[in-house]
Amino acid sequence: MENVSSVGIKDKLTALYRQYATQISDGMPEAMNRVRETAISQFDALGLPRKGCERYRFTEIMTAFGHAYGYSINKLSAAADSQTVFRCAVPDLDTYTIIINNGWIDLKNSTIPANVVATELADGANKYPELFAAHYNRLAAQKDDTTISLNTAFARSGLFLYIPDNVVVDKPIQIVNVLSGNNPLMVNQRNLIVAGRGSQSKIVICDHTLANSQFLLNNVTETVLQPNAQLDCYCIQNLNDRSSQIASLLIEQNADSQLIANTLTLHGGFVRNNVEVLMAGQHAEASIYGLSLPAGHQHIDNFTYVDHAVPNCTSYELYKNVLNDESVGVFSGYVLVRPDAQKTNAQQSNKNICISPSARMYTKPQLEIYADDVKCSHGATVGQLDESALFYMRQRCIGEDEAKMMLMSAFAHEVVRTIRIPILAERYAEMIENRLRGRHAACGDCFMKCEKR
Amino acid sequence: MDSNIISKVTDSEYKYGFVSDIEHDTIGKGLNEDVIRLISSKKEEPEWLLEFRLKAYRHWLTLKMPTWAHLDIPEIDYQDIIYYSAPKQNVKPENGEIDPELKKTFDKLGIPLDEQKALSGVAFDAVMDSVSVKTTYKDALAERGIIFCSFSEAVRNHPDLVRQYLGSVVPPTDNYFAALNSAVFSDGSFCYIPKGVRCPMELSTYFRINAAKTGQFERTLIVCDDDSYVSYLEGCTAPRRDENQLHAAIVEIVVMNNAEVKYSTVQNWYPGDKEGRGGIYNFVTKRGLCKGVNARLSWSQVETGSAITWKYPGTVLLGDGSSSEFYSVAVTNNHQQADTGSKMIHIGRNTSSRIVSKGISAGQSQNSYRGLVKVSANADGARNYSQCDSLLLGDKCGAHTFPYVECLNNTAVLEHEATTSKIGEDQIFYCNQRGISTEDAVGLIVNGYAKEVLNTLPMEFAVEAQKLLQVSLEGSVG
Amino acid sequence: MLTIKDLRASIDGKPILKGINLHINAGEVHAIMGPNGSGKSTLSSVLTGNSRFTVDGGEVTFLGRDLLAMPPEDRARLGLFMSFQYPVEIPGVSMVNFMRAAVNEKRKFNGLPALSAAEYLKLMREKSQLVEIDSRLTSRSVNEGFSGGEKKRNEIFQMAMLEPRLSILDETDSGLDIDALRIVASGVNKLKTPETSAIVITHYQRLLDYIVPDVVHVLYNGQIVKTGGKELALELEEKGYDWIKSEFDNK
Repeated sequence: MENVSSVGIKDKLTALYRQYATQISDGMPEAMNRVRETAISQFDALGLPRKGCERYRFTEIMTAFGHAYGYSINKLSAAADSQTVFRCAVPDLDTYTIIINNGWIDLKNSTIPANVVATELADGANKYPELFAAHYNRLAAQKDDTTISLNTAFARSGLFLYIPDNVVVDKPIQIVNVLSGNNPLMVNQRNLIVAGRGSQSKIVICDHTLANSQFLLNNVTETVLQPNAQLDCYCIQNLNDRSSQIASLLIEQNADSQLIANTLTLHGGFVRNNVEVLMAGQHAEASIYGLSLPAGHQHIDNFTYVDHAVPNCTSYELYKNVLNDESVGVFSGYVLVRPDAQKTNAQQSNKNICISPSARMYTKPQLEIYADDVKCSHGATVGQLDESALFYMRQRCIGEDEAKMMLMSAFAHEVVRTIRIPILAERYAEMIENRLRGRHAACGDCFMKCEKR
Repeated sequence: MDSNIISKVTDSEYKYGFVSDIEHDTIGKGLNEDVIRLISSKKEEPEWLLEFRLKAYRHWLTLKMPTWAHLDIPEIDYQDIIYYSAPKQNVKPENGEIDPELKKTFDKLGIPLDEQKALSGVAFDAVMDSVSVKTTYKDALAERGIIFCSFSEAVRNHPDLVRQYLGSVVPPTDNYFAALNSAVFSDGSFCYIPKGVRCPMELSTYFRINAAKTGQFERTLIVCDDDSYVSYLEGCTAPRRDENQLHAAIVEIVVMNNAEVKYSTVQNWYPGDKEGRGGIYNFVTKRGLCKGVNARLSWSQVETGSAITWKYPGTVLLGDGSSSEFYSVAVTNNHQQADTGSKMIHIGRNTSSRIVSKGISAGQSQNSYRGLVKVSANADGARNYSQCDSLLLGDKCGAHTFPYVECLNNTAVLEHEATTSKIGEDQIFYCNQRGISTEDAVGLIVNGYAKEVLNTLPMEFAVEAQKLLQVSLEGSVG
Repeated sequence: MLTIKDLRASIDGKPILKGINLHINAGEVHAIMGPNGSGKSTLSSVLTGNSRFTVDGGEVTFLGRDLLAMPPEDRARLGLFMSFQYPVEIPGVSMVNFMRAAVNEKRKFNGLPALSAAEYLKLMREKSQLVEIDSRLTSRSVNEGFSGGEKKRNEIFQMAMLEPRLSILDETDSGLDIDALRIVASGVNKLKTPETSAIVITHYQRLLDYIVPDVVHVLYNGQIVKTGGKELALELEEKGYDWIKSEFDNK
């Protein structure tokens, strides 16, 4: 980390905002502009989160912010045409594709299902003003995390995705977030996803870097599942190891909605994931999974918060880490069962394997329960590969390294098998194996095997 | 559950709530360096101890009260507390005599200070307010080289031992309340078990708050030398009063090579009334150091009292092969708040620890488990198993768990499990069908739930603790 | 095929094997019997290379190679197979993948190309029929949720897949009812050829009704104290181990 102070960075970013406030608001909808001032004031007052506070107990956010980044208020015209840089395809997996380059959607090269709205955030605000006003910054404003405030203040680019009521999207929607350019760059991307009543959709979000520059992706995605909606959200994080990413996925679930959120972290020097789910309607179900395979000096922090605000909801969480080299893994899982949220069923599990002597794991489950008729449990383990299983496998002719590999893949399998797109699950398994073998996949390490044209 | 039963809240009686009419030697309210000098001079302490206190006090002034606990602690005016209050005795305790009025108090509490009538096999150090009033069986223990006496006496008679170990496990800078205690502690118990000695009886300290407006700040220091063993018990009660009283104690335990200490607590400070008026603020720092190889330290606690509890008995596992266990039942009812748990710090190789915590919340109480398991980089082969279960009685209370696991060594195996559930309606119905009243059924079920912990207590205390659980939950059933 | 000379081994500094001598020719079945704690299972663990045990001396030659110098997987690839007393459950690793890795690693070791998917599946089908294992078991994770009998049958299935030269059956009969025992034993017998040998470790004579040994050894206190024909097993069954113990302890 360079020798810069947290306060220094805060002042710099605040000053940057103040200096360019007019340009930042220029051409942006009122719904976005009217919340900027509050957000920047909050950011200015509180500064970046400090290591040691409950939310960032084991994570120094300055690892991400303590570098000099360039910042671009407008879409860079110089940005390479994504089409010429890459094209994404999962073999055998037929998807719609939305390409986002340094935060800005490349509509020209995207394929969007006819019955779904996918467009620039500001464009969405103009086309669906009521929907936008109802949901934009509603969940984000309640969070006491100033990385989110920062995003709100600067937000200009990102995706507006609306799956109208009762629409069943026939193919997965793949959202490819690409960071490109030869200079260090900070990107504040803001997304809003609304899954309408009774809609069904699966989205695959793939984050990757096309260059070895140092990036900071501060991404906030507000997601609303309206009653009876079903949404699967698979995130694959694969930035280069010099880059940092903060991904805040803020979700509201209304009655009878079903969510699967699955985060796979392969590469990225510093990764902080906030997956926060508000159970706002009865009989909603959330399944939240995460798998991280840090190696080298990676620092991967998964923070989850499930807020059971109403009765009769179910949440299930499983997070796993396989830690190698000098890497650090953090899991904080906060479950809140509010008064009267009776018949809540909340299960949480965090399992970790440390492969190398210098890997470190911090885990902090946290249950706050204010209702009595509930079933809540959580478990956490830190350990190594099973010695007796290793010996058994070696007695069956399988070499030690191969046996370890199989055991690690098996450990990861518990997360992989929750993926409801079979082809994707197969890719996951491959990707995980490659990562565990210390191999990089083709093109920007993305499992999508994007080919250069 | 039948809502009629909720309304049929019986008046849960705190049976230790009486006040003894004893004259006290009391200093004025407030805290400053002069007060500390006064306490020190009243106790005729050596200069180094006064220095220890003053240093702690000056450090305390730089600190703020911790706010991270899941507790709602009202503002405490530290200038409105009396820091020293000793019951006046008309006899000389040094000669083993005891004031009849004091004796009556302890008799009423079921603590026999008369050796002839004593519980067989338990030696007591009785502490009222700021001073130790009587230690039994001192002579019998001395024959084996065991030192068991009040803290003040230890300072007078064994200054080198005290000076060597005081603050070695809980330094005055450890936390806010540890600093405060280090500045103003008045008395407590001291225990030293020499090499190779198994203490033939249970040692026990009984803490009693009597005087109004006073804080109780005692210290316990236990040193178990190589290959020795002791089982130590601690009990506490206080009168029923409408104002809150502060209790900020320190317990330090040093366990040397192959030695073993079993430390049991039955904490029954006045919890306040049904509306949450009064009760003790119990802010305690308890820590053991397994200093030697294969040292063992076992904590057992039954916590039913106090308006607010803030305590995390823990063990630093420094010696290779050392091990520690923590068994706890914490009951909160009415408006009680508890934030309690354990810390296990693994430093030596092949160290192991086990945490079993059972929380029971009733009424409008808030009961939190907060624990830390830390494995440092060199602690090869560390093992921990933690289990923390919460039982909820009623829908106005809260049960929370905050376990922290920090693993810096890849040969460690750490497991943590937690569950939260409400008391089983089918179990209660089953009992009802067999003619057992709902209140009794809850008592039975809760005792069954806590059994794993109660079983770790010495026999006489297990029985007492069982009764205590029942009494604490009276009127909690809904 | 296998020659053991003065093999000594210990665990955590405690000697268990105190000088074992044994010679097994191709085509022979040797039974090793003995009371609990005599070192039977330690012997199989040391031969297969379990690192929990320390070899303190002696030598073992297997097919002309120094067995003790090899890592466990090479011993296995060379043709040494052990049916575990307690087969290990490996959640998340499917039997199919597990066995494919095992078979192909062995083939690679012997300079053979890996089997194609079709060839491999054919082999699995054949062998599972041979040992009468339910094909559904092979589609599950290794031993996960298997009953005691299923686990033992799965061991014999793996033995069939790997075609070892020398098989060690470590207390294969423990925890099996008589039907399961018969099926397991018949599997072992079907796999027997003049080129393969077996060591049957057992506490009871029962298994030896089905797998008839050529030689019976009695292991006691870390040494082979008696060797005889298959009638020795019957004698032990009749007299119990106390007879051996008293004879040996009096020496």
